[in-house]
Amino acid sequence: MKNHSRWLTPTLTAACVLTVFTACLIGSTPLSIGRVMSAFLGGADPGDQLVVWSIRLPRAIAAFLVGAALGLSGAALQGLLRNPLAEPGVLGVSASSALAATFALYYGLAAISPWVLPVFAIFGALAATALLALAAIRTRSVVTLILIGVGLSSFSGAVMSLLMNLAPNPFSLSDMINWMLGSVANRSFNEIVLALPFMIAGAAILLGTGRGLSALTLGEEAAAGVGLNLRNQRIYTVLGAGLATGASVALAGAIGFVGIVAPHVIRPFVDHDPERALVPSALLAGLILVLADIGVRILPTVSELKLGVVAALIGAPAFVWIAMQRRTSYD
Amino acid sequence: MTEFVASSLSLKAGDDVLVDAASFKLNAGELVALLGPNGAGKTSLVRMAVGLERAASGHARIGGWNVSEIPVLERAKRIAYLPQTRPLAWPRRVRDVVALGRFSHGAALGRLKGVDAEAVDKALTACDLMQLADRRTDTLSGGELARVHCARAFAVEAPFLFADEPVAALDPRHQFRILDLIKSFVGQGGGALVILHDVGLAARYASRLLWMKKGRILADGPPSETLKKDRIESIYGVRARVDGLSVEMEGAA
Repeated sequence: MKNHSRWLTPTLTAACVLTVFTACLIGSTPLSIGRVMSAFLGGADPGDQLVVWSIRLPRAIAAFLVGAALGLSGAALQGLLRNPLAEPGVLGVSASSALAATFALYYGLAAISPWVLPVFAIFGALAATALLALAAIRTRSVVTLILIGVGLSSFSGAVMSLLMNLAPNPFSLSDMINWMLGSVANRSFNEIVLALPFMIAGAAILLGTGRGLSALTLGEEAAAGVGLNLRNQRIYTVLGAGLATGASVALAGAIGFVGIVAPHVIRPFVDHDPERALVPSALLAGLILVLADIGVRILPTVSELKLGVVAALIGAPAFVWIAMQRRTSYD
Repeated sequence: MTEFVASSLSLKAGDDVLVDAASFKLNAGELVALLGPNGAGKTSLVRMAVGLERAASGHARIGGWNVSEIPVLERAKRIAYLPQTRPLAWPRRVRDVVALGRFSHGAALGRLKGVDAEAVDKALTACDLMQLADRRTDTLSGGELARVHCARAFAVEAPFLFADEPVAALDPRHQFRILDLIKSFVGQGGGALVILHDVGLAARYASRLLWMKKGRILADGPPSETLKKDRIESIYGVRARVDGLSVEMEGAA
């Protein structure tokens, strides 16, 4: 197993680069490998450059970043909560973020500037994480934290449904639905640039919590005994996951289950070490979303499927399967 | 030499007094057993002693340092703690779990080097776990797991060990094995305080017995002096026959 884990990150990195490149080959305008290569190197004709640099590459990179942020958040939250079923959705961060975005759409604020929607999504996630961080200070119990997340998630879902019920016109309704279903179609580097700083900040915080996540294998009491500051560990993990998840919702709307599936696949390869699972989980989740997005684009459906729908179609059964595999319950 | 001193530690939950002005000393080379019925406040006392619970009054000191004031990592280097419940969240390898004992030393837990790797090897050897070092913890028996937790605590290489019911749910042979391990830790100059429910086992291994009831330490001394029929009856509410260091419980009083 030790040998597996040494090659895991390099292999996944190579696979990600290759898959993003492949994603640039596919689309309504057929482009050969040669033409895509020369577009990358800046030597092709302006039309090819436009297709590759303005449409396909940003879309593939957006899919990768969204997946990676969700995979990393999922792996970290699973380590914190010591539960393989945890993910950004469980703590209600995705739902709160999507709610804030829907809110902007409902009141037509999103029409003011293209920046309004992403900014609202990030604020929604930060509000949720701030609430969770406060709860994390007050409660010692992880179960309580999960229940707060479930409550937050249900409440956001209910308000979202209410907004959709009251939607002023069919156009804003369809906008909201698009947001809830999750997609990376038509993303530009502008949107990526706005989300990226939050993703990087979140990722940096989460990677810094790795040792503590590893110590939490022992349970909270013994982890505190070996010198882990439980309170800070909870706050930083929740904050990091909130930033990364909020930024991913800003970029693609709500996409579920990637954050559960990727770490689950990775864990056996890293001897179930929550710390060593972080980076490979992020890479694999990114890879999965880029592949799923390629799938969405090549499937011959009348109107293009939403990425979030495909992710859920694959992810939800996987979630149930993982849940049924659990032999014991902890805490 | 460092000594551990708890002075008038008290803890309240609302109006209930969980621990009432408990004082004791723990020296290097001593194995002290903390005895008492369920709800006597043993776990609360130990949690205050290791700095995980803030005392309402009183303090615990280790070589002059107050355990709730020194930085968490410094405290964790001086006191190894085996809590009562020891859930392992992930089926990790034995060596990796034991390596978590090196957390407070700042080691990179995934790939230990130098003194950290040596400490882990030493702890694995001491607990007879070398053959099991690469096994996943979910494939181990209860007795083997108990040894893994001991090794994790020994890997800290702290001068003091506080263990909360380390032999609960173990067969007699494993109870002896675990206490033998703790005894050899003490033999090498460590000081250990162990919560036990088996009075006979405590009398056999401990150099001192701390008798606790309703939050108070009622007696503190070597088994030869404090192990008395009357004391067992007043602390536990059971009739017992005591002959030297051997104890036979006869039924509820």
